[in-house]
Order: sequence, then C-alpha cells, then structure tokens
Amino acid sequence: MDMKRDYYEDIRLFGSGVILFWSLVLLAFLYTLPLYLPSYRFYLLNLILVHVILAVGLNVLVGYTGQISLGHAGFFAIGAYATTLLMTRLEVPFFPALLAAAFIAAAFGFLVGLPALRLEGPYLSIATLGFGLTITHIIGHMQIFGGRTGIQAPPLDLGIPQLGWSFILETDQGKYYLILTITVLMVLGAINLMKTRVGRSFVAIRDSDIAAEVMGVNLMVYKTLSFAVSAFYAGIAGGLFGFILGFFNPEPFNLILSIVFLVMVVVGGLGSTFGSIAGAVLITWLQFDLLKNIAETPLVGPLLLDISNRWFTVVGLENFNSIILGLVMISIVLFEPLGMFGVWIRVKKYWRTWPF
Amino acid sequence: MIGQLIVEGLAIGACYGLFAIAVVIIYKTSEVINFGQGEMAMFSTFVAYHILTYYAVPFWLAFLLTLGFAALLGVAVEYLFLRPAKNPSILGLIVITLGAEMLLMGLASWKWGAEQKAFSLPWSYASIYEPFPGIIVSDWAIAVFLTAGVIVALLYVFFRYTRLGIAMRATQQNQNAAKIMGIRTERVFAFAWGLSSLIGTVAAMFFAARATLDPSFMMEPFLRAFAAAVLGGLTSIPGVLIGGEILGLIENLFGYMWPQWKPIVAFVIIVLVLCVRPSGLFSRHFTKKV
Repeated sequence: MDMKRDYYEDIRLFGSGVILFWSLVLLAFLYTLPLYLPSYRFYLLNLILVHVILAVGLNVLVGYTGQISLGHAGFFAIGAYATTLLMTRLEVPFFPALLAAAFIAAAFGFLVGLPALRLEGPYLSIATLGFGLTITHIIGHMQIFGGRTGIQAPPLDLGIPQLGWSFILETDQGKYYLILTITVLMVLGAINLMKTRVGRSFVAIRDSDIAAEVMGVNLMVYKTLSFAVSAFYAGIAGGLFGFILGFFNPEPFNLILSIVFLVMVVVGGLGSTFGSIAGAVLITWLQFDLLKNIAETPLVGPLLLDISNRWFTVVGLENFNSIILGLVMISIVLFEPLGMFGVWIRVKKYWRTWPF
Repeated sequence: MIGQLIVEGLAIGACYGLFAIAVVIIYKTSEVINFGQGEMAMFSTFVAYHILTYYAVPFWLAFLLTLGFAALLGVAVEYLFLRPAKNPSILGLIVITLGAEMLLMGLASWKWGAEQKAFSLPWSYASIYEPFPGIIVSDWAIAVFLTAGVIVALLYVFFRYTRLGIAMRATQQNQNAAKIMGIRTERVFAFAWGLSSLIGTVAAMFFAARATLDPSFMMEPFLRAFAAAVLGGLTSIPGVLIGGEILGLIENLFGYMWPQWKPIVAFVIIVLVLCVRPSGLFSRHFTKKV
C-alpha cells in the first residue's frame, strides 16, 4: 500500500508518477478550459479558484495546526482593500501590491495569533469572530476605505504603468489564467510547506501542544506563524477577489462568509490539501451558483416555488442556500467527520482490493 | 445625563445578562458553546410574532405557547443534532451548532421574509416615568429588571434544592460519575438545552421589542451576551448577570462618547478579558491536566 521506505519518499511533492501524471493532465485541462466553456461561467470559476486559495490557507491553520478561526473574512477583506488602495493611492504595480497586501494580512494574522497562545477551542473561535466583525466595522466607518458605499478596484494591470509597459486583463478569461497560475503556485506552496520542519511542527501542535512543546517546538513561534501563513493565503485570495468583483464594499465580508470558509475546510476534510480544494469547489458551486438560482432550476425550482407559495414566502426562497449549508454542516460532522477526503480514502481502499 | 446613561446601560445589561445565562446553562452542563443560541431564540420570537399577528389570542397565552415551543426547539436541536455525534471534537461541536444557526436562520427567512418587522410587548419602550429629575425609566426597563431578577432567583433555587438541578450540577462536574450514580445524563443534556432555549427566548423578546424583528437580529446580541458570559466566568449564574451589567454600562458610556465605535466595544472586552484573566472575573481558574 502507501508504505514509505525512506525519508526522501516522504518529502516528495508528488507521491508517485501516477499522481504526477494525472495532476499534469488536470492542469492541461484547466489551462485549456476557455476552449470548452461559455465565457459567462468564468466569473464563477474565478470565484472558485480564489476560494481554493483561501481554503488551502485556512486548512493550514484549522486542519494542520488545530486552531479555529471564524474571522477569515476579515483577512480576506484586508487583502482586498490593501491591494486596491495600494494600487489606486500609491500607484504600486499589481504584483508588489498583491504581495504587500498579503504581508499586511499576515501581520494581522500574527496579531490575532498572539491571543491564540492563551486561548483554545470555543474561546479562540469567539475571539477570531470578534476580529472579523471588528475589521469590517472599521472598514465600513473610515472614509479612506470608501465607507459603506465601497471602492472601485483599478484595472488589472500586470505591467508597470510608470514605465509605459502595461498589460491589462479585461475579460474574465484573462483573469482566469492569472488566478489559476497563482492558485497552482499557492497550492504547491502549501503542500511543500507541510513536508518541512515547519509543517511537522504544526501537526505536532495539533496532536498535542504540550507534547510538542516538550519535544522542543516553540509554541509561540509556530502558533503565530500558522496564523500568519493562513492570513497570507487569505490576503492573496482577497486581493484577487477585489478584481473579480470590480466594485466592492464591506458587506460581502461578513460573518456568514467566515462560516462558509470554515465549512469548505470541514466538508473537504481536515488536514488534507486535496480535501480543501474539493470542499472549496463544492461549497462555492453550491452557495454561489446552484442554490442562489434554485428557483430557476428545472424540476426542483417549480416544486420549491409551490412549497413557498403554500407554506412559506417566495421572497424568502433566496435564503434557501443557508438551509442547505446548515444541513451539510451538521450531517458532515455526524456521518462523515473526515469529509470528502475520508470518502475518497474509503473508495480507494475498497477498489484496491476488489473483488475481495 | 450620566445617571440616564447608567440606567439605560443597566437595563440593556440585564438583557445581555439574561441571554448570557442561556449560553451558560448549556456550557455548564455539556461544555458546548452554542453558536445557534441566538437563532434558536430568534426563531421562537418569530413564532410569538406569528401567533400574535395571525391569531387573535391574548398576549399571555401567546407568551406561554412560545415558551413551550422554545423548550421543545431546544430539546429537538439537542436530540437531533448533538446526541448522534459520537465523541465529537471541539471543532465538530462548533460546526454542528453553527450549522443549526444557519439552518434556523434560513428557515426563518424563508417563512417570514428578511424584512424588518415590529414586535411589541405589553411593556412599551415609549411609556416612561421620571422617578428622579433627569433620570427616565421606561416600562420596558422595569420589566427587564424584574424578569432578570425573578429568573436568577428561580435558577438559584432550582440548582440548589431540586433533584433535577442537583443532577445537572453533578453532570457538569463529572459526567461518568454522574452516570454511575444513576443520572440519565442524556436526559439532563436535553433538559438543559430546553431550559436554555426558553430563557434565551425571553431575552430575545425584550431585544426584539427594543429594536426590530428580522432573521439576523439576534446575531449581535448573542456576541454581546457571550462577552458578558466570558466577563462573568462562564460557570457562575449570578456572575454572568453581573458581567452583563458591567458590559451594558461600559458599552453605553463608551457609546455616548464615541457612538461610531460602540459595536466593537464588546469584542475588545472579550479579547482583553480572555488574555488577562481567561476564567472570567467571578470564577476559579481551571487548569488542564496533561
């Protein structure tokens, strides 16, 4: 089975040639996707990719380090606002602005990580939740951030406009290529990180922080580092998210979004980068596409409209997605605590020995 | 002016304290922070609104029916969502209660729509007295003080002298030992959820009468109440009520000086209290065994 014989096998980025081959096939498929898919779907695809970046980062914190965060919408907002403001006010080119925004988010992550040294479980979740709400409140009340009305993201210019060298991405497909490339890099980075000394320290903290400390893992450094790494991912994701929306205000970065992010990681499977990607894809598709337009879906839509007319209200049907999200959250913990990754493991085990 | 701020702070603080008691009852027995607490109370308040709007019943009957519904809702959430979870992690419990929150919020906005509605109690916020010059007290505030006092007194008697109350305390201290002593801990949990949902609903009705009723109106009060519970120490019921009063006072005085930043006072207090004195002001420090 998956036996590791030496250290090198354990730290390899791809477990086997088969995985490498299929990853390359998937990448080739993703990069040629604009050939097969109508252009209006690319808004959703961009959203999915941004959420993949964020979920992979959140998984480093929740899945690998075992800390809970209900405030990731706050880091997401910091990334979006910092990128846009750096580009419009200080006229920083895109890539430095995105990196700087991610580092600003990471600095905030470090700050949030400090109370995490003393808190755990439900207390930590409330403290991070308070952080997320505070950030959106501050953004909503300061004129420099555009207040409640919001701000306009600048054109997505990959070049350096000051040197007269600009390359502006206007269509959703163009942005798709950029976001896909960044997503692939970030995912590879996360997989790599978990195979290093830092990643193993995170896992040790999750399994038992006291034992980890006894083994010589500096809790202060690694817990805050985990928050910072996770916030860095959220900052990159947020910076890209601003360009997907074009014009944005603090409204979308609310508590529900933080919950949705946590659900992505839990549904995908804690402590599995592959699971987080799958969870982000599934939940984003459910929340922002299928269930948002549930009334127009064939078969189910008319039935739900009928039910709404008889017992509920038709205007309230747009909140149907939160009912499904709640049911998904409860049933995943009750019936499949390992998430989609657990299902994948079981299917793999079953077929490996089939027909026995 | 300052007297008026203090009276108003104490009134809203009693409301926070009452809701925080609901949070603490669940935490005390089963060590779960119920993130769905606010939404359970919100849903029951909507039921009260529905009964009052569509059926011509006197307020007291509607109130009693709602309390019955709230207790059943609490028991149902515990029975359907928490009991089937076998050895759940802390994160698992948080996700379950958040799931219950999303579910109830979605159901309420599907049933009643997301727009704001007016909800009124017989004790109006508008009918006011002036016992001392410069200090105005409304019927609403008097009702809140009386309700909070009565509920805390009843809970004190309940936890001190009744068999069920003592069983709940025993379950909190050591679940396995309580089981050996013949206490059906599952039933105790279900009862705690019902009781907590009932008290939360009473508090939510006061919140709704003060502001408006909509599917997300309990989100902020829940967080404030949690701050109050943390301030009071999450285990002692009188301590939590005092925590609520302190929070109400701080928030009201702070909000008078910097009205813009009033909503974030509670979180600053949570973080400060948790960092400086994690066990709260009125409870003993709990050290984890390795």
